[in-house]
Amino acid sequence: MQTDERFTDATWPASPEKATLEGKNKYLGFWLFLGGETVLFASLFATYLALKDKVPNGDAALAKDLFELPLTFVATMLLLTSSLTSVYAMYHMKNNHFKQMQAWLVITVALGFGFLGLEIYEFNHYVHEFHHTFTSSAFGSAFYTLVGFHGGHVAFGLVWIISLMVRNAGRGLNLYNAPKFFVASLYWHFIDVVWVFIFTVVYLMGMVG
Amino acid sequence: MANEQSNSANPNVDLKYRRKKNAEEMKHQVISFTLMIFFTLLAFAAVGIEGFSHWFIKPVILLLAVVQVIFQLYYFMHMKHKGHGTIALFLFSGLAVGLITVLVFLTIVWI
Repeated sequence: MQTDERFTDATWPASPEKATLEGKNKYLGFWLFLGGETVLFASLFATYLALKDKVPNGDAALAKDLFELPLTFVATMLLLTSSLTSVYAMYHMKNNHFKQMQAWLVITVALGFGFLGLEIYEFNHYVHEFHHTFTSSAFGSAFYTLVGFHGGHVAFGLVWIISLMVRNAGRGLNLYNAPKFFVASLYWHFIDVVWVFIFTVVYLMGMVG
Repeated sequence: MANEQSNSANPNVDLKYRRKKNAEEMKHQVISFTLMIFFTLLAFAAVGIEGFSHWFIKPVILLLAVVQVIFQLYYFMHMKHKGHGTIALFLFSGLAVGLITVLVFLTIVWI
């Protein structure tokens, strides 16, 4: 099957992301990568849990002094919703609706930027109001490494999705780029999976004490 | 990985069926999203509402997170579909190594 072949709605395969050998391999290889990412994030979680609230003196801010429910809640809603909008994008991809797919991806990216903006505000707030920095304590180092690594993944995901959208804007959907869009959406869901544990383990459990 | 190609002589009949199937799947996705939001609200409420003990909140919100992630993996990331055996192997091996790391850091590492 020619990967740059033009498809009609009727000839477009049911699972375009896996219709070519390259697509199949990409899909499998990407999950191997996600398995590795799981180990990476689990190690960062382990480090955070071991170093939580390990500060040099009584003046330093602890988890329960830092975290606030409303900010975490809004950030969580933004990221969870962006996961659904990328599902909508893939739904339109499977129906060969290129424009709708792009539109939902734009919404996904906008929500992602909202999340990232909140995170930047949050870090800035901790540094200036609480003097909670990367080097101020073991707790600070572990916190910024874990949450910052996740934020870095969000930033990378945004660059990735935007590049795909720009690169394929004039090309439309074919079996060459369908797996690319699909894999990027999987990555976006994975970012959400990690965030579910971050908001639970870091923020909610941090506020409980 | 089942490669569902058209079997019908008339591709338009097949298209109609596939569109319907896709729409149905999208409906399931929206339902799982609603449940995920609901679990998130429960977790935030458990922490936000005063009066629950730590011993109650922590296991409950962890359980809610696990359920939410299962939805995310099996519905949004399609692991419930056929042909995801190798993928599950990759993910669960990663998870096994990861969980052992967390366990080790929580128990035999002290600072």
